[in-house]
Amino acid sequence: MLLLRYRGSEGMLAWAFHRISGIAIWLFVLLHVLDIYLAGGNPNVYDDILKFYASTPGRIMEILLGAALLYHGLNGLRIMAMDFWPRLTVYHKQIWYANWIIFVAVGLPGAWLIIKPALGL
Amino acid sequence: MALYSRSGRPKPQSGGFELASWYFMRVSGVALFVLAFAHFSLEHFLFDPSEESATWIFNQRWNSLFWRSFDWLLLMMVVLHAFLGMRTVTMDYLKGGRRTLALATLYLVGVVVFAMGTIVVMSVPLTMPG
Ligand code: HEM
Repeated sequence: MLLLRYRGSEGMLAWAFHRISGIAIWLFVLLHVLDIYLAGGNPNVYDDILKFYASTPGRIMEILLGAALLYHGLNGLRIMAMDFWPRLTVYHKQIWYANWIIFVAVGLPGAWLIIKPALGL
Repeated sequence: MALYSRSGRPKPQSGGFELASWYFMRVSGVALFVLAFAHFSLEHFLFDPSEESATWIFNQRWNSLFWRSFDWLLLMMVVLHAFLGMRTVTMDYLKGGRRTLALATLYLVGVVVFAMGTIVVMSVPLTMPG
């Protein structure tokens, strides 16, 4: 896969995921400002959109959105830490793996809370 | 020597707008870490989309100057951060006239999104509790 070969290894993947997640969240923000604008302008349409947010496919997409935000936020802190303390760059892979541990530890319970109502729990 | 970067944009050596936006990406990143995760947790963990509606927003969620200010701050940070970020992405892939066109469109959308968000968060009447 081209994506995996260019620049190679963790540093490159960290960058690619950061870029993809940033663009994805940006797209959601465009949609979200539009829907919240409708809450003021056309409440009925807004309520219909919210019904989608509360549906099972909607919840799955919210989990993906939360995952993108969580990855982007954690990796963003990693970038900033290395920018301001360049010596940390030596451990950039270790920090990335630590990010993934936090990602799973925070993300799994979060995903569970979001999907729970769709399972009738 | 902060030239090195393992996945962000390397610190611009030029100064001026480029350096300022490099710093701003980091400052707004820290702000968003608090604002965006608080916002996401509020809508998905403390409340649930099934109990949220336009009426809920008017009577509960936005019946508070604190939360309106909070949401407006989030809007401001996210618009600046995401559009400066998209500017970097655009400039990585496009050159010449296409770049100019894409950037002009991007900034226009940014202004519109900021205006729409600001209008709605400021214009919905505040209904007093009770
Ligand atoms: C949750 C907290 C966040 C943190 C800590 C964070 C941090 C960062 C950092 C450090 C960068 C790199 C900037 C550079 O290379 O100069 C970046 C880029 C970016 N961010 Fe964020 N960010 C956050 C939230 C967001 C949100 C909510 C969005 C979208 C709405 C977003 C969209 C972007 C985009 C599009 C880029 C450019 C990606 C690239 O150049 O490859 N970020 N972020």
